[in-house]
Amino acid sequence: MQVSMTVNGQPVTEEIEGRLLLVHFLRDQLRLTGTHWGCDTSNCGTCVVWLDDEPVKSCTVLAAMAGGRSVRTVEGLEKNNVLDPIQQGFMECHGLQCGFCTPGMMMTARALLDRNPDPTEPEIREAISGQICRCTGYATIVRSVQWASKHEAGERAKAEEVSS
Amino acid sequence: MTTTEEAPAAAPTPEGVVPESVDNNQHPVGHGRMLRKEDPRFVRGLGRYCDDVQLHGMLHLAILRSPVAHARIVSIDVSAAQAHPKVKAVITGADLAAQGLAWMPTLSNDVQAVLATDKVRFQGQEVAFVVAEDRYTARDALELIDVEYDILEPVIDARRALAPDAAVIRDDLDGKTDNHCFDWQTGDEAATEAVFNRPDIVVVKQDIVYPRVHPAPMETCGAVADFDRVDGKLTLWSTSQAPHAHRTLYAIVAGIPEHKIRVISPDIGGGFGNKVPIYPGYVCAIVASIVTGKPVKWMEDRSENLVSTGFARDYIMRGEIAATREGKILAIRTDVLADHGAFNGTAAPVKYPAGFFGVFTGSYDIEAAFCKMTAVYTNKAPGGVAYACSFRITEAVYLVERIVDCLADELGMDPAELRLKNFIQPEQFPYLSKTGWTYDSGNYEPAMRLAMEMAGYDELRREQAEKRTRGELMGIGVAFFTEAVGAGPRKDMDILGLGMADGCELRVHPTGKAVVRLSVQSQGQGHETTFAQIVAEEIGIPPADIDVVHGDTDNTPFGLGTYGSRSTPVSGAAAALVARKVRDKARIIASGMLEVSVADLDWNKGTFSVKGDPEKSVTIQAIAMKAHGAGDLPEGLEGGLEAQICYNPENLTYPFGAYICVVDVDPGTAQVKVRRFVAVDDCGTRINPMIIEGQVHGGLTDGVGMALMEIIAFDEEGNCLGGSLMDYLIPTSLEVPDWETGFTVTPSPHHPIGAKGIGESATVGSPPAVVNAVVDALKPYGVRHADMPLTPSRVWDAMQGRATPPV
Repeated sequence: MQVSMTVNGQPVTEEIEGRLLLVHFLRDQLRLTGTHWGCDTSNCGTCVVWLDDEPVKSCTVLAAMAGGRSVRTVEGLEKNNVLDPIQQGFMECHGLQCGFCTPGMMMTARALLDRNPDPTEPEIREAISGQICRCTGYATIVRSVQWASKHEAGERAKAEEVSS
Repeated sequence: MTTTEEAPAAAPTPEGVVPESVDNNQHPVGHGRMLRKEDPRFVRGLGRYCDDVQLHGMLHLAILRSPVAHARIVSIDVSAAQAHPKVKAVITGADLAAQGLAWMPTLSNDVQAVLATDKVRFQGQEVAFVVAEDRYTARDALELIDVEYDILEPVIDARRALAPDAAVIRDDLDGKTDNHCFDWQTGDEAATEAVFNRPDIVVVKQDIVYPRVHPAPMETCGAVADFDRVDGKLTLWSTSQAPHAHRTLYAIVAGIPEHKIRVISPDIGGGFGNKVPIYPGYVCAIVASIVTGKPVKWMEDRSENLVSTGFARDYIMRGEIAATREGKILAIRTDVLADHGAFNGTAAPVKYPAGFFGVFTGSYDIEAAFCKMTAVYTNKAPGGVAYACSFRITEAVYLVERIVDCLADELGMDPAELRLKNFIQPEQFPYLSKTGWTYDSGNYEPAMRLAMEMAGYDELRREQAEKRTRGELMGIGVAFFTEAVGAGPRKDMDILGLGMADGCELRVHPTGKAVVRLSVQSQGQGHETTFAQIVAEEIGIPPADIDVVHGDTDNTPFGLGTYGSRSTPVSGAAAALVARKVRDKARIIASGMLEVSVADLDWNKGTFSVKGDPEKSVTIQAIAMKAHGAGDLPEGLEGGLEAQICYNPENLTYPFGAYICVVDVDPGTAQVKVRRFVAVDDCGTRINPMIIEGQVHGGLTDGVGMALMEIIAFDEEGNCLGGSLMDYLIPTSLEVPDWETGFTVTPSPHHPIGAKGIGESATVGSPPAVVNAVVDALKPYGVRHADMPLTPSRVWDAMQGRATPPV
């Protein structure tokens, strides 16, 4: 079957098998390998991408279900060669080690910050609780999200200063 | 030689605050907090893991696995699978046997079936494989293979493995008539017995099970094999923590000349020991590429990873401790029944079949110790040394730290006080333990005191006493561990005859930039950063100007890889020494440039200057250009600025730490909540504190997982009950607290920069801290011990006075 969607802002039309999972569509067909395949059972979250504005586990979404919708992956975080603050935050606060869970964690964190720019520690922990990191013990991931939140607050304040 | 001054016991560190931005280019040369050089690719989703490798014309391999634990294979019919239009090959054990490839050696001198020929010996064992045009078709075709099994009685409970009527699992071995794997002992049995027979002493015995758990790295195991039939060269991308050792073993097993094998370990999504062994899947991928003439990818799924790859632990222990009534520990004795699964796939130095379990005397100065161990085969997956265990030190530390707590309970003493009373004292180092291990350095009391101060130990005890009067269950768990990492001296340690030394090469380019090539392989530990910093510290080139190359056998020197926290102790030493070798040459070149003798030069991280005339100086960058440039060099000196060494460690390094865990147990639901966790670690000289803190955090999370939720259990038929992440529970962000870390610094006397390993300390030290805390919380119920994992149902059983069901 044929499926059309937008991936990181670019329109995409591909011939696929009806049973193809979104994670394999992105990785094997579009060669966007930043999204990872970790468990098949929606437990680990290494495959988290956005479907429209909602983080989903792409190992349990059919590529066909993304038809007509907008998908955003980790490759879509950086804009014009400028890293998203969440990407910068993970580097600054050692929010990653092996890097395998990192794309999924960042996609979830980005969605959190878009809805709640100043989340508390429990809110951050709750937001990433559907995902597993085997390396970091989560504290540095929490700090990474806090770094991004603080950084974005600073940027907003600067922007307001300029406009006023 | 030790170049680092011993620092005083440090105050609690400022770790844990959100740091300000750090500019790597501004980073001073050498050790200290520095952002990771590998992160820019990872945060962009541009890491390159095994499953990201996609080659032209690549085929996909899927493995058919046994649904049962023990059965004779009657017949395999692959005709329907072979007839599938997108299937390129179907291979069974019989096909491999015809080429002499059906069996392969394990890392413990046993053999393991690549594909089963005669029998299947555990659920999930490899039986056949399919190579097809795509991932999904390969899986479809597995359904078309028809295997007839003649079911045999499975041997699941290790306690029953040596029963006279138990089925013999390893009838492939000549003359094998039982399930005995090996016996091992250490220490002095008679001397220990004599201490235990003394009058007026207190003896405490406790049965302790360390259940089977699994490292479950986020990336499963896999490989891409590409055999070039013209050149005869095999390139294998694989999830390997030990690419060089794997290359040599492939050469021996498959008969491919070693120079015609290139093993590449690309970015690895977590290892924890799971990626040390050679798995049948890797061999199948190689065979498939040779048979089809195409590149072939094999990636296991999560269930395959959990049911068939290297598990960890599975020790059934009885601990005994003897002490005076005043709390002086005299002797420790233990009997262990070790469950090794269907094949002895333990990855440990060959002279150490029980790994480094011999350090079970822990951090205490005692008179005698003895351990007797029997290992058995069962119808379970092979493995045994994995999950950040430092070659079984996890089991050893858990045993001693649990039994010391039992003793504290018996004596009515505070567990921290009992430990402080029995520590090996600083002046006793190097300390020869009663089981023959030479602890290189240690200063235990300051670490324990610092942890108690950070935790507010006395205040916690007061709070606990007050809560107990109200029926609230709060527990405080103390654990102190000593690790033995950095295997190892080649006179004692080898894996299948390969000495456990590590090579390192350093080249300084004409413009003063450098490349360092390592034999070890990162799985997230940040080697590209830490090793650049080690070299930078020694040679004065900024870490940003030093590239680290690893994980490619064609481009790095030989060495045994990364596991057992050995990278910094062994390869880190190699990196420091190779840099000093280059610096020595640079000194000679500088003496020529400055026209003074080498003895008249001072070195100041990056610059040689004339003694007494610091204005007369040359930088390492200028020396590099001179080394490669025109004009004469001092007589007898070759051009270039590079060196290579192979480092053979003199001894292991012995990091240590003091951990305190605070838990609250809900008396109504028996749910355990870890409220606080204080970890004070001493890994000697600290290279990058940020990376060290990360290593500790990860290990603490492992410890909470093992203590409270992780277990690979089996039913009576040998069905694995932990075969998915819905069944095998791993801590999420909600089950762990914000870690509180601190450190002391006691350098290793024999490591060139005084560093010790840190990768596994927290995984070793944290499970007893958590379990001790839970048992402490349950004291009002008269509980002295409960076996991991302390799930609500097990805690509830303990509260009702019911024994934990056997694993």
